[in-house]
Amino acid sequence: MIIGSQKPIDEIWGMVKDFHKVLVFGCNTCVAICHAGGEKEAETIATLLRMRASQEGKEMTVDFSSVMRHCEPEYFVPVMDDLKKYDLILSTACGVGVNFLSDRTGTIPVYPGINTSFYGAVESPGDFVELCAGCGNCILHLTGGICPIARCSKTLMNGPCGGTNKGKCEVSKDIDCAWYLIVERMKKLGTLEKLAEIQPARNWSTSRDGGPRRVSLEHIRAYEEQEEKKTESEGGKK
Amino acid sequence: MKSGSNLEKVLKSGQPAVTAELGPPMSADPHEVIKKANILKGFCDAANITDCQTAVVRISSIAAAAIALREGLEPVMQMTCRDRNRIAMQADLLGASALGLKNCLCLAGDHQSFSAAGRLKGHPGAKNVYDVDTCQLVGILKKMRDESKQEGGDPLEVAPKFFIGASWTPMGDPIDIRPMNLLKKVNAGADFIQTQGIYDIELFRSQMEKIRKMGLHEKTAILGGVIVPKSAMMLKYMDSSVAGVSVPKALIERMNKAKEAAGDDKKKARELQEAEGIKLAVELVQQVLETPGVRGVHIQAIEWESAIEGIVKAAGLYPRPTFPTE
Ligand code: SF4
Ligand code: SF4
Repeated sequence: MIIGSQKPIDEIWGMVKDFHKVLVFGCNTCVAICHAGGEKEAETIATLLRMRASQEGKEMTVDFSSVMRHCEPEYFVPVMDDLKKYDLILSTACGVGVNFLSDRTGTIPVYPGINTSFYGAVESPGDFVELCAGCGNCILHLTGGICPIARCSKTLMNGPCGGTNKGKCEVSKDIDCAWYLIVERMKKLGTLEKLAEIQPARNWSTSRDGGPRRVSLEHIRAYEEQEEKKTESEGGKK
Repeated sequence: MKSGSNLEKVLKSGQPAVTAELGPPMSADPHEVIKKANILKGFCDAANITDCQTAVVRISSIAAAAIALREGLEPVMQMTCRDRNRIAMQADLLGASALGLKNCLCLAGDHQSFSAAGRLKGHPGAKNVYDVDTCQLVGILKKMRDESKQEGGDPLEVAPKFFIGASWTPMGDPIDIRPMNLLKKVNAGADFIQTQGIYDIELFRSQMEKIRKMGLHEKTAILGGVIVPKSAMMLKYMDSSVAGVSVPKALIERMNKAKEAAGDDKKKARELQEAEGIKLAVELVQQVLETPGVRGVHIQAIEWESAIEGIVKAAGLYPRPTFPTE
């Protein structure tokens, strides 16, 4: 899932201080699980902003609400009219949600209420770790299921650098060396020999390219179109 | 001849090669490079010109290498994967070759977080590149040289002819993967290898035994690394903090003794330790060269280039071979 982290309230205040009707708008999927931007956090931020506004003598109403997901239109379609009552939406969804909503709110700005950090997992309660960088061309079958792109500080593809120290990355004693983990894992799997093969220079165009990357599923789109036609013609009959 | 570099000639002649290191300054002043080049000239077959080592901004490796070459010192330009993508790298390689540079050592490069150390602010917030890694960079150099092609496949009318090097940390962690690490660099096309500094000669020799069994010593020229120790403190630091370096207690003890012999006299303590450091370095050079499969030494006297002359002479490696110019 997508992991987010809270922004300092001072930074948020800097963004919102000149608006008068602010909605802190939470998202109850990924960023709720990581305690960054669900309804609970939206409420907290709203409270803090209200306090700040009264401290600074600003006239500002701050409300909060949330939907299940900001990344699919059907979730916020029902609340769209409510959203339009505000002059700023502070979205505590991930960056995807902020972008997606911003494209749909006309003259009302949507500002980011959290920092979108990475794609990660819940290692233990309260501990989230990045495990994939969404590179668009997964090679985990070659590396024992451990990603060298997201987890090696240098995105190395052909084995560890000279900096591995007692299993840790040269960058910090607190960072596991991805390649150390890969080697240990592949030893266990009995596939270490696979690492001898040289991985050629990658085609990074799947990872970062001109404009946003897209995935289009023809069959799903065809199906949806068919369904739409069906309901249209059924409606016509009636 | 792949490149016709002096280093290649020495290795081809079968004599043990000696390389040293020259760190460019954090300044636009060429004199530092000129000075160091003249200190090293004649006492090594080629000198590595570091490429923004520890991610600190310095005169670029290519520019400093061109200056060294002008002074009559053969450079090994270093190229890290940290700062350039494959477009910039290949452009720089063409330029370097056009300037007359003939050796290139491929490295991953220290992470940018290293640049903020001691009094330096550095650029820890810089974005690193790593479009390609060391193995892939070695392959690019080889493809350019041997196939006259860019990485993407476009032809090169005149190919850059580099003697291709890579670094190797023989005792790095996880130690059992290190021979395979070397294998990959050799398969990618590394003509020579410079190793991380060696203090634990027994451990190095056991790694070299594996390398010989794999036959890698015949496919590439391995130059064992020796970092000249300056003080007991430096040895302790390297033992505890530098990746892939372990220093046997006996060596640290020797340096400690040299230090203690000076009593409270700080200046003398430094002198005695430096003298012991040079003695130690000479012994290590000889032990490295006696290791079967090793074809030379890479002596690093960090910010202490003047130590090289004495070490090379005492190790019986002077004068360095010369070859008639074609
Ligand atoms: S290889 Fe790419 S897709 Fe696979 S885990 Fe790593 S970043 Fe994600
Ligand atoms: S120490 Fe390991 S994780 Fe860190 S950069 Fe090197 S290979 Fe990657």
